[in-house]
Amino acid sequence: MAEQTAKRQIAVPLMSDFAARGEEPEVLFWVGCAGAFDDRYKRVTRAFVRILEHVGVKYAVLGMEETCTGDPAKRAGNEFLFQMQAMQNITTFEGYNVKKIVTACPHCFNTIKNEYPALGGNYEVIHHSTFLQQLIDGGRVKLEGGEAYKGRRITFHDSCYLGRANNIYEAPRAVLEALDADLVEMKRSKANGLCCGAGGAQMWKEPEPGKKDVNVERTEEALATLDGNAEALAHIQGKESGNEGATPAPKQNNQGSIIAVGCPFCMTMMADGVKNKERENNVQVFDLAELVASAEGLNA
Amino acid sequence: MFFVGKFAYSKITDIIRPKNLSGKKGKFVRHNEYFSVPPIPLHPVTIQNIIFLLVVLAGFGLFAWQVRKIRANISHGRDRDMSGDVGERLKKTLLVAFGQQKMFKRITPALLHLVVYVGFIVINIEVIEILIDGLFGTHRVLGFAGGFYSALTATNEVLGALVIVAVAAFWWRRNRAEPVRRFRGTEMRAWPKLDANIILYVEVVLMVALFVMNAADLKLHQVEGATLPGAFPIGSWLAGFLPDNATTLHVLERVGWWAHIVGILLFLNYLPSSKHFHIIMAFPNVYFSRLMPQGQFSNVDSITHEVKAMMDPTYQVPTPPASEGAEAAPTTFGAKDVNDLAWTNLLNAYSCTECGRCTSVCPANLTGKLLSPRKIIMDTRDRMEEKYNSPLIFDPALYGPAAKHEPQEQLDKENHTLLRGYVTPEELWACTTCNACVEACPVNINPLESIIEMRRFLVLEESAAPNSLNVMFSNIENNGAPWAFSPSDRFNWADELYVAEKA
Ligand code: HEM
Ligand code: SF4
Ligand code: SF4
Repeated sequence: MAEQTAKRQIAVPLMSDFAARGEEPEVLFWVGCAGAFDDRYKRVTRAFVRILEHVGVKYAVLGMEETCTGDPAKRAGNEFLFQMQAMQNITTFEGYNVKKIVTACPHCFNTIKNEYPALGGNYEVIHHSTFLQQLIDGGRVKLEGGEAYKGRRITFHDSCYLGRANNIYEAPRAVLEALDADLVEMKRSKANGLCCGAGGAQMWKEPEPGKKDVNVERTEEALATLDGNAEALAHIQGKESGNEGATPAPKQNNQGSIIAVGCPFCMTMMADGVKNKERENNVQVFDLAELVASAEGLNA
Repeated sequence: MFFVGKFAYSKITDIIRPKNLSGKKGKFVRHNEYFSVPPIPLHPVTIQNIIFLLVVLAGFGLFAWQVRKIRANISHGRDRDMSGDVGERLKKTLLVAFGQQKMFKRITPALLHLVVYVGFIVINIEVIEILIDGLFGTHRVLGFAGGFYSALTATNEVLGALVIVAVAAFWWRRNRAEPVRRFRGTEMRAWPKLDANIILYVEVVLMVALFVMNAADLKLHQVEGATLPGAFPIGSWLAGFLPDNATTLHVLERVGWWAHIVGILLFLNYLPSSKHFHIIMAFPNVYFSRLMPQGQFSNVDSITHEVKAMMDPTYQVPTPPASEGAEAAPTTFGAKDVNDLAWTNLLNAYSCTECGRCTSVCPANLTGKLLSPRKIIMDTRDRMEEKYNSPLIFDPALYGPAAKHEPQEQLDKENHTLLRGYVTPEELWACTTCNACVEACPVNINPLESIIEMRRFLVLEESAAPNSLNVMFSNIENNGAPWAFSPSDRFNWADELYVAEKA
């Protein structure tokens, strides 16, 4: 990181501040519960805000006016609670005349984008992977001046609610490609990606009895892909052919590999998996926003 | 149609006769020594034609009767408006059903299946001919088409042989010591396994009948010094193995002919008892499958009215035009039994090929949980047959309850509904709602919808969610977050936040 960079404190703008001035931001950044409360994902929220500040987007957050989208309740079958939450949020959105929402959580993204319209809430919702891709494509983020990812091995774990649920496969990959890293695909990727195990409200309960935890299964695949461990990869089940990953031959990787994610729950699950496999010393789990912020040298 | 002496002439004969006279004389007739000009020989109606007519009527009639019962079963499901978007739906049907698009995620079975699928469609053109021949006493009535007919019969023979090869490969994949993994699993009990094999055996019998018919017919013509329209690359080879006796050949030809058509009619009536019903149901099922994003779960409109009425006492509940994926005024929330599911979910159950692609990609199943999306779909079909009288002439239950279900001591026999009678809450709670099963299904079945409907019943009607989920619910209610954090801490993440300013 260049030494001459100064650091500036960010006063994160609130929707209520804009409203008080009679203004409206370009975009509402929906933080989500994990982004607001989960210690690990707070770092992603902060990284994303750094990017927003850096490119000078007119954004705002809801702060304490935000409340759960209702996604976990809906996936668990509690439609009543879901709709109560959704109506409350829609009322807030309408109050601020919100039109465009960006969020780093695929679950919030999916719910607001797809399920709020039936309850009267229609917004342009984009996931931060698409947002970051747009910034990179538009040249507003150059991925220079920070940490170099050139040649570092990265694999992207597709989140179900981004991928299959909403067919977003390319945006996160475009972001990672811009890092000029050594991007490798898992055998079960894109439409055939394997869940991290947290969806459908699994995040809040113990798994049912079985042979293994889903996140361990997925982490093993990610590690085998990063390591180029052909033997382990040969035993991967539940893949559909025609989607063979571009797994390269094993090579020494002394910088440490990265599992990239775009979802707070995938983050938790993959990080737990890496811990379970005792690989924290050479494999890290990062969100796309963190990678972009650090490549751009925005951390302070 | 009109008669001249012993022979009937149709309009078609008149049309083709001039062509025949212009140089292709004799090509289209079987017994050309009887004729100076070649008409299509129509035998007067014989007892054979009458028997044939009765057999065909019985075959199609029985099938129609079975289909009606299945229609009735499906219509017990809840209303869901799937009309509209015709263009988009047709396109999807063309790609996924006709085009076998999703099969090609797994190339080996896709190619094998393509052979059987194309074979079925092309060979069925010949079935049309058999029907006409059988009813009107003609012989190879399409023979007038000359080169086209030769191409057809030759293609049929080649495809027929390929079908036998493909079916043998299918059999091997299922019955070898270590079968393909997805053909195993708790729900693949005695009946589904037997059913899969019956289908393959019948396919072989039908193809063999076709070859016997062709070979004997060809040889008979050779013995009688006549020409048979059509080209038979395999039949002519097989003819070499047949005796020269005209009577034997005639009997053989008739046996092959009858076996082919009666076999097809029997098979048709077997379909409704079988996973092989997919050869018909795959098409409507794909047509009526959801168009909305996979991540979008259906909205329960009745709850929306309740919530709106709670928030605004002046709210008037409208008479709801149910949108796609919206539940029209249900009596209960969620699904306890098959009639609580949408009719499309029930249609799914009759379209399932039991291929296990869904289960083989299910994260819960892969890691040893009880959940298997294929089982949810198969259970739905079993339960429909149990509840609404099996629509089948051939009742799979004849194989005893163990053939269809596991012994269910642990299940609540009193309330033998889909939920608990077949599907346990443990299965339902293991689902991560990842949509892998939906993505994998070659016929666009959606097991996740049924899972969510049953979860809704558990939560909304029985308050029977796992305890940890109840904790999550009350956290959302009280703190606005699924975790027990204080809402006043929600904005703490923004404290002490700095960004590096670039020069
Ligand atoms: C219309 C004519 C069709 C015929 C004659 C036909 C025939 C067959 C046969 C014989 C099998 C058994 C193979 C085995 O034992 O594994 C089979 C299985 C199967 N069929 Fe079809 N089929 C037809 C249409 C379709 C359509 C339209 C689809 C959907 C795209 C489809 C999807 C499947 C699937 C998924 C299986 C399971 C076998 C596997 O996964 O490998 N079929 N079909
Ligand atoms: S949605 Fe549920 S049933 Fe379907 S594959 Fe995922 S976990 Fe399995
Ligand atoms: S639901 Fe679909 S994928 Fe699953 S077994 Fe049936 S046809 Fe195959």
